[in-house]
Amino acid sequence: MNNEKVLDLYVRMLRIRRFEEQVGLLFAQGQLPGFVHLYIGEEAVAAGVCAALRDDDYIVSTHRGHGHVIAKGGDLNRMMAELFGKATGYCKGKGGSMHIADFSIGMLGACGIVGGGIPIAVGAGLSAKYRGSDQVAVTFFGDGAANEGSFHESLNLAAVMKLPVLFVCENNRYGEFTPMEKVTSVRDIALRATGYGVPGVIVDGTDALAVYEVANTAVQRARNGEGPTLIEAKAHRTGGHAEGEKAFLAGGVYRSAEELAEAQAKDPLRILHSKMVQMRVVTPDVLEALDQQITQAVAAAVNFARQSPDPSPESIYDDGWV
Amino acid sequence: MTKKTYVAAIKEALAEEMRRDPRVLLIGEDVRLGVFAGTRGLYAEFGEKRVVDTPISELAIAGAGIGAAITGLRPVVDLMFGAFLYLALDQIIQQAASARYMFGGQTSVPIVFMAQNGGGISAGAHHSHAVHPMFMNVPMLKVVLPSNPYDAKGLLKSAIRDDNPVIFLSPLSLTGMRDEVPDEPYLVPLGKGEVRRMGRDVTVCAAGAMVQVAIKAADVLAREDVAVEVIDLRTLKPWDEALVLDSVAKTGRFVAVDEGKPICGAASEWAATVAEKAFHHLKAPPRRVSGSDVPSPFSPVLERAVIPSVADIVAAIRQTMDEDRSVAADSYRARYAA
Ligand SMILES: Cc1ncc(C[n+]2csc(CCOP(=O)(O)OP(=O)(O)O)c2C)c(N)n1
Repeated sequence: MNNEKVLDLYVRMLRIRRFEEQVGLLFAQGQLPGFVHLYIGEEAVAAGVCAALRDDDYIVSTHRGHGHVIAKGGDLNRMMAELFGKATGYCKGKGGSMHIADFSIGMLGACGIVGGGIPIAVGAGLSAKYRGSDQVAVTFFGDGAANEGSFHESLNLAAVMKLPVLFVCENNRYGEFTPMEKVTSVRDIALRATGYGVPGVIVDGTDALAVYEVANTAVQRARNGEGPTLIEAKAHRTGGHAEGEKAFLAGGVYRSAEELAEAQAKDPLRILHSKMVQMRVVTPDVLEALDQQITQAVAAAVNFARQSPDPSPESIYDDGWV
Repeated sequence: MTKKTYVAAIKEALAEEMRRDPRVLLIGEDVRLGVFAGTRGLYAEFGEKRVVDTPISELAIAGAGIGAAITGLRPVVDLMFGAFLYLALDQIIQQAASARYMFGGQTSVPIVFMAQNGGGISAGAHHSHAVHPMFMNVPMLKVVLPSNPYDAKGLLKSAIRDDNPVIFLSPLSLTGMRDEVPDEPYLVPLGKGEVRRMGRDVTVCAAGAMVQVAIKAADVLAREDVAVEVIDLRTLKPWDEALVLDSVAKTGRFVAVDEGKPICGAASEWAATVAEKAFHHLKAPPRRVSGSDVPSPFSPVLERAVIPSVADIVAAIRQTMDEDRSVAADSYRARYAA
């Protein structure tokens, strides 16, 4: 992999991280309506997969979707404005955190329904094949979603039709507050691929380079008409299931402090940062300058969102039937 | 008596019923920690045999609940958000609701499907559905939508004891509502409404979160000397037709208020029934105030515009008061005679 590609991975991750840190802060200050699910700790998955895609490829996301939008090239201003519920947001204030989409970059939507996006990606893959384009479609979903019927039906359908789809399971070991072992019949979601006759690959989801490699192979397969791949990225979410959950759980604990510390130690950004310095991809001060630039862009996005107008109540009927 | 939150009232109902009847068990995603429906803490008392954390597999857990119900248990299935019932619709509608009838009475399906209903917290389109009218459309389901913690406890206990499938919905915007809830067991019967406020001029019928909004509208109109009678239906199916019709016989005017959508909505059913069965009492056409016919928007400004407000209800009541059908008919007759 050339240096440019490595740096590209890092930038995608850093943009996600700085954006979401700001979102966490804003939420804690009570400035954001609704609820938000942060992706912090899992950035290497979105970055690695999206770096292996072309601009005209498709992705479909989940309730934890900010990272996917940003990794695919989403606009920070319009995202932040959407989180504030403003008229200038991606969905004109109608979507919010769990429903951000940017069709101009092939981001076909986040989804508040666990597993709800998986069949949509299959349909995007079907459409690409039908139109004779060599686009691929990616569905991101959690380990929890792999227990929904939609996952099983979709994987089978994509397999029998040999559709160009990547099933990317972001396994952070928790569905809300329930650990995977209690509710999932296999240790590795990738094992389920066998049941549907497709390749199942496990990758370290804290290692952006590794994710990129695996995704690249799957994308090639898909473009060659060889059908779907199930990729399981073992990852960690270092925050809560949703922001503000501490108050909400009122002392209820579902994850030990040691486990959390372990997760935090496997920070994908720090891992790639030290690799890049070691491999002399760039010098630390270049990375520092990048960081400042991105931090400023995020601050500008917050300003943009704050200064944007609320949608007008009359707009509730806009964008209904065409 | 102590003031308790809606969620605490639900938990008390579950605990009391689980203590009373060993066949009652609770199944759902994260019920051990408890996301909403007041299931938190039950695990400590009842253990994992009776407080069952499930995979995120709504169709499977609803169906498993049905299988358990027809073989001797009385499951409460917690599906968290009303919209998640959609993932289990086939099991709920085709299996739970139909089984007894379809099998000629050989079985009954004593199950409760529990979830949060409606909007008001900027949860966005996928989490903010007022799902109750859809289930009112399904034969043999009972549909409950309490408007306060006291009723929530009494109605949930009745729902668990009922031998039919019951959809038990809690208004999402009321989870933190506090109210007097007795520590001791009591029941609120299914199918019985309650007059929340007496009035002689117009009958307003509502359920769930809309009851408080309707009462506020009645407060506003009281200052203009319009006396609004507010009926809280509590159970949407079967619903307390007699209570509403009696009230309309007294007031001669009717406004149905519902958070659901306007087409084939709950308010449509109430208004149609009043038009059909109390037409001769009516001084004005029955009116409906419903949620707007759009998916729930996220932005608080937009969401407020979509859910019926005090102002919407006041406006509908004023319109009803202005439209006096008998006066209009009299003036028409007078003109015709001349
Ligand atoms: C159909 C459906 N069921 C339940 C929920 C509530 N819910 C939201 S996120 C979540 C956990 C999802 O776990 P996983 O798929 O592993 O994704 P993660 O949150 O770990 O990224 C649940 C149960 C939902 N949004 N949709």
